[in-house]
Amino acid sequence: MSQRHEQLQATWSDPPGIWGFLTTVNPRRIAARYVLTAIALLILSGLLALDMRVQLSQPQMHRMTAQLYNESFALHGSTMLFLVSVPVMEAMAMWLVPLMLGQRTMAFPRLNAFSYWLYLGGVMMLWVPHTLGVTPDLGWFEYPPLSGPSYSPGHRADIWAQMITFTEVAALAVSVNVAVTILKMRPPGMTLAKMPAFLWAMLVSAVMTIIALPAVMLVTSMLIADRLVSTHFFSPAGGGDVLLFQHLFWFFGHPEVYIIFLPGVGFVSAIVETFSRRRLFGHVPVVLSMLAIAILAFGLWVHHMFAVGLPKVGNALYTAASMAIALPAGIQIFCFIATIALGKPSYRTPLLWIIAFILTFVIGGLSGIMTASAPLDLQLTDTYFVVAHLHYVLIGGAMFPLFGAFTYWYPKATGRLMSDGWGIVSCALIVGGFNIAFFPMHILGLMGMPRRIYTYGPEMGWGDLNLVATGGTVIASVGASIFVANALISYWRGKRSGADPWSGSTLEWATRSPPSNYAFADVPVVQSAAPMWDNPLGPFPVMRGLSSRCREALVTSLVDANPQCRQPSPGPSIWPLVAALVTSALFVGSIYTPWALVWGAVPLALVLTAWFWPTRPRRKEAQA
Amino acid sequence: MTDRPVYVQGDLSSLPESKDGPASLAWWGNAGFMLIEGTAFLLAGGSYLYLMMAGPDWPPKGFAPPQLVWGIVFTIGLLLSEIPNRWLIKKASARDERAVRIGIIIMTLAAFLLFIPRALEFTALGLRWDEHAYGSVLWMLMILHTVHLITDWGDTLVLALWLHTHEVGDRQFADVEDNANYWRFVELSWLPLYALIYWAPRLA
Amino acid sequence: MRAFALITLLLAGCAGQQSAMHVAGDQAATLISLFRLMMWVCGIAYLLVILFLGWGLIRRRSAADTSEQPYHKLMAGWVGFILLGLILLVVASFLADRSLGQRQQVPLQVRVTGHQWWWRIEYQAGNGRWIETANELHLPAGVPVLLELRAADVIHSFWVPNLAGKMDMIPGKINRMTVTGRTNGWFRGQCAEFCGTQHANMALAVKVEQVGEFDRWLAGQARPVSPGEGVAAGRKVFESASCAVCHQVRGTEARGRVGPDLTHVASRRTIAAGTAPMTHGSLRGWIIQPQAIKPGTSMPPSDLSPQDAEAVASYLETLR
Repeated sequence: MSQRHEQLQATWSDPPGIWGFLTTVNPRRIAARYVLTAIALLILSGLLALDMRVQLSQPQMHRMTAQLYNESFALHGSTMLFLVSVPVMEAMAMWLVPLMLGQRTMAFPRLNAFSYWLYLGGVMMLWVPHTLGVTPDLGWFEYPPLSGPSYSPGHRADIWAQMITFTEVAALAVSVNVAVTILKMRPPGMTLAKMPAFLWAMLVSAVMTIIALPAVMLVTSMLIADRLVSTHFFSPAGGGDVLLFQHLFWFFGHPEVYIIFLPGVGFVSAIVETFSRRRLFGHVPVVLSMLAIAILAFGLWVHHMFAVGLPKVGNALYTAASMAIALPAGIQIFCFIATIALGKPSYRTPLLWIIAFILTFVIGGLSGIMTASAPLDLQLTDTYFVVAHLHYVLIGGAMFPLFGAFTYWYPKATGRLMSDGWGIVSCALIVGGFNIAFFPMHILGLMGMPRRIYTYGPEMGWGDLNLVATGGTVIASVGASIFVANALISYWRGKRSGADPWSGSTLEWATRSPPSNYAFADVPVVQSAAPMWDNPLGPFPVMRGLSSRCREALVTSLVDANPQCRQPSPGPSIWPLVAALVTSALFVGSIYTPWALVWGAVPLALVLTAWFWPTRPRRKEAQA
Repeated sequence: MTDRPVYVQGDLSSLPESKDGPASLAWWGNAGFMLIEGTAFLLAGGSYLYLMMAGPDWPPKGFAPPQLVWGIVFTIGLLLSEIPNRWLIKKASARDERAVRIGIIIMTLAAFLLFIPRALEFTALGLRWDEHAYGSVLWMLMILHTVHLITDWGDTLVLALWLHTHEVGDRQFADVEDNANYWRFVELSWLPLYALIYWAPRLA
Repeated sequence: MRAFALITLLLAGCAGQQSAMHVAGDQAATLISLFRLMMWVCGIAYLLVILFLGWGLIRRRSAADTSEQPYHKLMAGWVGFILLGLILLVVASFLADRSLGQRQQVPLQVRVTGHQWWWRIEYQAGNGRWIETANELHLPAGVPVLLELRAADVIHSFWVPNLAGKMDMIPGKINRMTVTGRTNGWFRGQCAEFCGTQHANMALAVKVEQVGEFDRWLAGQARPVSPGEGVAAGRKVFESASCAVCHQVRGTEARGRVGPDLTHVASRRTIAAGTAPMTHGSLRGWIIQPQAIKPGTSMPPSDLSPQDAEAVASYLETLR
């Protein structure tokens, strides 16, 4: 066994030092980078929010100028939506999916590396110009004509649009990878029917990404073309239509919310199961609800556009479709609570985050029903009511589960547990502070406060509630600091966890913490969606036969997960990094000249050829 | 598996190293990227229709629909290329090394020849991208498709070079099939675009 | 949630002139009733979730009761509740939408155009002429008014929450909405779609008044200018300097159409779309240094001497 361990370790290890850092294709190493980058941005972007809350805490504050405020909310929104929420969820998938499948790697390991480097390019695209004083200043969706060539000269809007191209290419690459890995690399026995809800969530979210993201890439490319080569997609004078932008953007933008939320549902399913010490109640309804949400999500982008004056005929339909989301979401919430009620809950920090999720997200869902009503939305949209709603949904529905997930899988990643005491304190402060900060915003919106204003007069009567909101933000920030400190200190001082500190239900708990490079020496065979609980006292059934001398991945059939082949898996390579660099140069250049696309394509083609060049012996005749 | 004892239930060492079609990961990756690009085509076509519905005239006053001749030549040529493409897929799945080496050369040349009518199509559009939104969306559809044409041609060329200089294994036969499937995607995605570009302005 | 309803009602009492809860028009009244209905349904739903969660967390557990059966029934009930609630809300929503969409005979039509960052307002006079003003909308109480909403540059959104929901103003498109003011008084509207640097300072004063009072106001606005005594100097500066390039004062040589019409500027409550009160001091300050008061505004800083600026301010003050 030990000799086999040495052998596997050697086969799956990265080269030492910086070269290994640059060439690694280990999904966990890449995912950890992804998560840490996203968390760093979450903190930066959170600080921006705190700064904006200071500006709004009282009428006519002079902490920020109009321009600085506009840049702040644009940077905050763009970072949170494009550089934090979606990437962090994908990174969690990249880290967890192969482990939950009992696999040594993912379907396309090098694609992961490419994806991270390109994502990093997107981060720098937005934040490096920011340090140089060029920051997008039109929000996280930049409607033309305001973002068009006439009203936004300079490169602020280009930076925003091209940052999206970066991150979306990266996101698409990860999504294909996650989807193929889940579909084709499940361990023997894990039929689609026996797939844990977490994997379903990640699969559905990945497929949604694949269908939704091309819309935003298309629309930002059209915007760049309008700005760079004078096309007229969005200029009414040239026969274009400004609403085309909104249709395409929200065709992406609405599913985007569920792309962020569904992984949250996945985290909740996993955590609820483990901490209730009982299999998830209603596995089938939970999974069907995810599919229903995914399908409905593509039919209701118009509810972001009720105020643009579309024909009223469609309103009732879009209202009904938007509200209908309440049904699958309500079923999921029911199943989570029922699992807790039926089980023997253990009130550790991860479960507290899930309780916080239920209490908070449901408010966001209910305010979503209100904004889904075409007529009522006319009073609510573009006000602080919507600011409250979207933060309840995204923070309550996705970030709280994420913090729970972070706490839950932290020992798997580091081998140590985070402190439960400080975990409870930080959870209470964040959840309490969050609600104090955002609940009053519902009322502010009804009191007529529009979003995206940098100041307001004392006669508006909004000062008191704004002060309360700012106070809440401060409380939540203290909680967040404790959370971060807890994570940092526990890394060195935390209690050692062993492989399975929570008696978890899924396969990642079968391997050591932190997992070795190869993660699994044997291929586990599973009988249910909670394989660790099937026969807790007996030996674990496995299959052998994957090589330990070369990198191999087990491919299984789509529905029944019957073993099909042992596919060789590529090792470390510098080409993903080089390809990402060349792609980045192409994207950055295209802000200045359309020819960058042409000239950039040549080196890109060369690099991709090098990347995919198979290593096989030369042809005999050719050598002769 | 760390702490828990294991019980070996089966052996995987007899499994093959690669399989064709939906049993291989590459096939699924390919399908994933086709889904991405197909969605982009669909939305670009949708944008064309949206602008068409939004404007009072289509094509707008002062512009004529694109001239038909080069579009027809290109479309017929593209459809004809399916004949060698189909033959290549058959030979690849039969592991016929010699035929595959010939077929890949034919496909490289066929795709290259198609660049000629494609280039002439651009001259027959009748307006520039910066004259009217109609021109913008027309050029967008054409460029989107041409990029796919060039990409797959490049891929085919590299594959041809490789096949003629190296020993061919199972994986490479599968690559040939994946590449040929992608060519089918290029063919199929053109047909609705062709209808939009050349016939929507005439029938509107 | 019920506490929330109470809070909102309490606040509605003291909230100011720009609030969806302080209803002063028919459309806003329809919407606030719809909101109240939603609050009830959603409040009950939230209460049920809390009760179920609370019970699930604290209930006593015995080894025997692990049967899922009762939960299946409970889930069916929950699904039924959601479906009923949704049907109720969709129908209510549909009815409200239909009542907003109803076009009665509308005796008065007003054209409002959004500019960065002010509102051009035009009333149709009896003779087909358009009477122009800016940043102040007067509405006759009880009369449905058809607003024709346009945008001159970027997307804006017309929103006077006390009267009605918002409607975007979109370049290349004309949107229409009907508002019916009921309660006399001053209200405030504000651009609701982010429209650039000074989006926050794009307010609109709205006055709902008796029909007779409104007619007198409109007749006053229709008159060309009648400047008072002793402001000839200011008028001369206004017409010879760059002011007249952008601003119109009907009945004088100033015929610019880029900026707001100033024919009766002194009759308005504020200047620069609600940015400053209408006083001599702020007029003068605005003329000399508009960028200091509203950074980013299209009005350029003037090169007038302090005396000239003073004279122009005095002249404008007489334009009532």
